[in-house]
Amino acid sequence: MKEILRLENITHRYHGKSGETLAVDGLTMSVGEGEFYGIVGPSGSGKTTLLSLLAGILAPSSGEISRHISPQEIGYMLQHDHLFEWRSIEDNVTLGLEIRHSKTEENVRYAMSLAKKYSLGDFMKKKPSELSGGMRQRVALIRTLALRPKLVLLDEPFSALDFQTRLNVAEDVRKIITEEGITAILVTHDISEAIALCDRIAVLSKRPARVKKVFDVPMKKALSSIERREDEAFAALFREVWKELEFTDEKDTKGE
Amino acid sequence: MKKIRKENSAEHAAFLRKERGKTVFTVAMQILLLLTFFLLWEFLAAREIIDSFIFSSPSKMWSSFLSLSESGELWRHVSATLAETVIGFLSATAIGLALAVILWIIEPLRRILEPYIVVLNALPKIALGPIIIIWVGAGKGAIIVMAILISVIITVINILNGFLSVDKDKILLMRTLSANKMQVLCKLILPANVSNIIAALKVNVGMAWVGTIMGEYLVSKEGLGYLIVYGGQVFNLSLVMCATVILTLLAAVMYFAVLILEKLVKR
Repeated sequence: MKEILRLENITHRYHGKSGETLAVDGLTMSVGEGEFYGIVGPSGSGKTTLLSLLAGILAPSSGEISRHISPQEIGYMLQHDHLFEWRSIEDNVTLGLEIRHSKTEENVRYAMSLAKKYSLGDFMKKKPSELSGGMRQRVALIRTLALRPKLVLLDEPFSALDFQTRLNVAEDVRKIITEEGITAILVTHDISEAIALCDRIAVLSKRPARVKKVFDVPMKKALSSIERREDEAFAALFREVWKELEFTDEKDTKGE
Repeated sequence: MKKIRKENSAEHAAFLRKERGKTVFTVAMQILLLLTFFLLWEFLAAREIIDSFIFSSPSKMWSSFLSLSESGELWRHVSATLAETVIGFLSATAIGLALAVILWIIEPLRRILEPYIVVLNALPKIALGPIIIIWVGAGKGAIIVMAILISVIITVINILNGFLSVDKDKILLMRTLSANKMQVLCKLILPANVSNIIAALKVNVGMAWVGTIMGEYLVSKEGLGYLIVYGGQVFNLSLVMCATVILTLLAAVMYFAVLILEKLVKR
């Protein structure tokens, strides 16, 4: 697999008035093109920091990030959809194009075709408040995809949704990203979600974040995330990842 | 907003009828209250239970009003005050908004100026009256400056607070779409603050009246504030009351104009 992104021995410190916090310590990871890569860690383990580093919004204190794509080709999807209430769905979808001064007829047509393909076509003139939570999150994804990213960073994008919607939207997002042939990095604290969606899963330690172990997900990529949840390998992998996370916690408490 | 179905049930019709009844009752009581107030006032003055030299009376105010409007004086005073207030109101809002934008863009400036803004806000602006008169001259200029000063600081504070309370994650989203600072301002901060800015307009309408009338007390040769001061000095309470009532009506009209603007913008 061709590598799209590589982190080599990354360290990142936060500086506050009361002192500095080591958020990431000697983290190394590599993501391949077309891969759906999951990052699972205990809450407060610096997952969001890691994504900001990947996206180039933060610069690491030390270490090397090699991206085989330009920062402009990285899309970001946040926990909340953050649709702008004063804009119609259509104008929300084309927000990124507007900002990058690339709102050409062709790009708008592409964005609209994505919206139509993922059954949002009838809602283009509506306001965000008229859409359900799951639909809003799909709009947010299409806003990201309208910029034709090669890599999408997903920062717990489903955690604000109720459980039923969450499963459906997660499946939708996975399908869309896979169909468009985009590489994705998903950050989550939900182990089952990571297994249902990802090809590989990196388990982070408690803060400061390091990659403890990388798991290969054995299920076929062609299966839907719902089918993956029903696969017998699912429970086994869930236990392993769970143990790895738990072990992280124990070791850290003993160490203190 | 979801539309209610056309074919309403009898229960819903009853509900609507009841609601309409409530509204009619409220408005009727409001009008009745005002009428009672003026009629009682007139009655007490006519029976000489209250001294109409000190308290005036609605009929005396009315004749004051008629003599003012016949001589053409009324329009001169009303238009003077109205012009000062509108100019003061619009400039205070524009200057306040511009300053808030500048302070939002230049973060170090905001940090440096913060204590000064707080202190200036605490200062009773009327104390600056004599200084303004000396600097600007005892005329319309001084009145307008007073009207601006009284509301500009609080406008800056309120609008800037609105700017700063925009969700940090929305700003992060803009950054992930590689927006620069001006784009964040124009596409996120300003549109997100439309209702906040309109709230500032509502406050400023009232403030502009305060500033204008205070300014007129200090320097003017015309205007409703002048009429009130002049009437007080010559003990013509009917003139004072008449000018006050006109002032109340004008202030109400301007406030409702802002309300209408709000409805138009929010649609």
